[in-house]
Amino acid sequence: MSTGVLGTEKRGIRELGAEEKVGWDEVTRGVVLNSFEGDASNVAHQKAEERQYADFNSYTATVASWRIIKPVYNRDICIDCQNCWVWCPDTSIISRDKQMLGIDYDHCKGCGVCVEVCPTNPKSLLMFSEAKEQEEALAEWPEKKKKEKK
Amino acid sequence: MAKEFELNEVEVWDGNYAASQALRQAQVDVVAAYPITPSTPIVEGYGSYVANGYIDGEFVMVESEHGAMSGCVGASAAGGRVATATSSQGFALMTEVLYQASGMRLPIVLTVVNRALASPLNVRGDHSDMYLGRDSGWIQLDAFNPQEAYDLTLCAFRIGEHLDVRLPVMVHQDGFTTSHKAQNVTPLKDDVAYKFVGDYVPVNDMLDFSRPVTHGAQTEEDWHFEHKARQHKALMDSRTVIDEVLSEFKSLTGREYNRVESYYMEDAEVAIVALGSSVETAALAAKQLREEEGIKAGVVAPRCFRPFPYDLIRETLDRPTLKAVCCMDKSAPGGAMGALFNEVSAAAYTTASRPMITNYIYGLGGRDFAVEEAKRIFKEQKAHADAGHITTPIQQFSGVRGPRLGFFETRRG
Repeated sequence: MSTGVLGTEKRGIRELGAEEKVGWDEVTRGVVLNSFEGDASNVAHQKAEERQYADFNSYTATVASWRIIKPVYNRDICIDCQNCWVWCPDTSIISRDKQMLGIDYDHCKGCGVCVEVCPTNPKSLLMFSEAKEQEEALAEWPEKKKKEKK
Repeated sequence: MAKEFELNEVEVWDGNYAASQALRQAQVDVVAAYPITPSTPIVEGYGSYVANGYIDGEFVMVESEHGAMSGCVGASAAGGRVATATSSQGFALMTEVLYQASGMRLPIVLTVVNRALASPLNVRGDHSDMYLGRDSGWIQLDAFNPQEAYDLTLCAFRIGEHLDVRLPVMVHQDGFTTSHKAQNVTPLKDDVAYKFVGDYVPVNDMLDFSRPVTHGAQTEEDWHFEHKARQHKALMDSRTVIDEVLSEFKSLTGREYNRVESYYMEDAEVAIVALGSSVETAALAAKQLREEEGIKAGVVAPRCFRPFPYDLIRETLDRPTLKAVCCMDKSAPGGAMGALFNEVSAAAYTTASRPMITNYIYGLGGRDFAVEEAKRIFKEQKAHADAGHITTPIQQFSGVRGPRLGFFETRRG
């Protein structure tokens, strides 16, 4: 089951590459993969958790095991500027109504771009070892840096 | 709605014009092309039909043949009937994308006007480009004259788009020999031709917004092999559909095509196996030799080069009278026997009569292959048959200047 915020029934339910191994007679023709189950005409207007993702959609796969460092999000400092949401290359920042909710750890690969673009002082996102507990990371959060006087 | 094109019962068309008329009658939605000699008039023709209202389609100009086939892949994945034409260097530049088209199971039709590959640069016809495509996963049909270029191009859409096949199809014709020589061609009327080809049935089309799909996915060692196996099975199984479509075409037009054509093979003692326009040369030589010298000569011609018709080649060669067969390869073999020699030998290996098989490399860069030379080669096969063993090197060159060139010998009968 997903450990990310806004975890849904489908998100990250399987390890990528650990799908049921089927024979040559069962693979799709032309490697064509369906993204959604049923009629998806309105899918652009639905939120991720409302969509009927198909098993072949990467939404249902987790690549959490690829990551060795992870971003940790500190709600107390965040100003909801959405910079991280805009810059994340894997749509792994979850935001609703322009409010930052957290990180999709099923798809985040730990690139650190969100930390790089975070404008707050101290940053609202920081990279920690994958093994570090969330509470432990928050307890270690740095203080606000003072401007050095000339 | 496209305008009807008025056609005479018999037209005088060269192979290029015949192929372009077939693309028009099939009402191809998109042609993405980078024209190249000698196939230029095919896509030029399509462009002119679009401009003059004879096709409701689109000609996409691109920056290279790699781009041309890429455009075709995109348009075909989007859900349109798609075709283009190329030759030689253009074909070589397309090669990467040819494999994408077949792996993605997109029924694109590529009319290939066969031409030599550089270096040295050469615009004339040989089969280097056709041979380059033989592992690309496409169905390859071979036309020996303009009428066949027209007929087979129409059939190509039916075959490739068949729901049990869904594979791209090449229709080959010889550069200049077929593409630029005008002959009588009996076309179908527009509505009859279109009815034969049928409306395009999209499969997994990207323009179906109610059902978004991913095309061109990546697979590694965990999935790639299964997909290639399924693709190969589809190509091998397409033989049945090819037979069906050719048979239906015969009932419509009276013109018969087979995956392997044979001429005078019933009682043949010696045979030539060849592709392209050389087939007609060899057949004429066989007919004359039978009349003039009583040599029982025959000709075998794979109409369908891929999937290779091992079944029918074997059937055609499995006759007790047949003693010696010469496989003619019109492509520089690059350190091997010619491809036709290798494949025909494999097909003949399990026959009871197991004829002697030799290989000629001929006609490179458009070097002429005349009836007299075909006769000489038949007579050489007759000498093998009479001696009971191959009396020459197994691979030889026909029509090249300089000292005689040959490789490998055997005394085994």
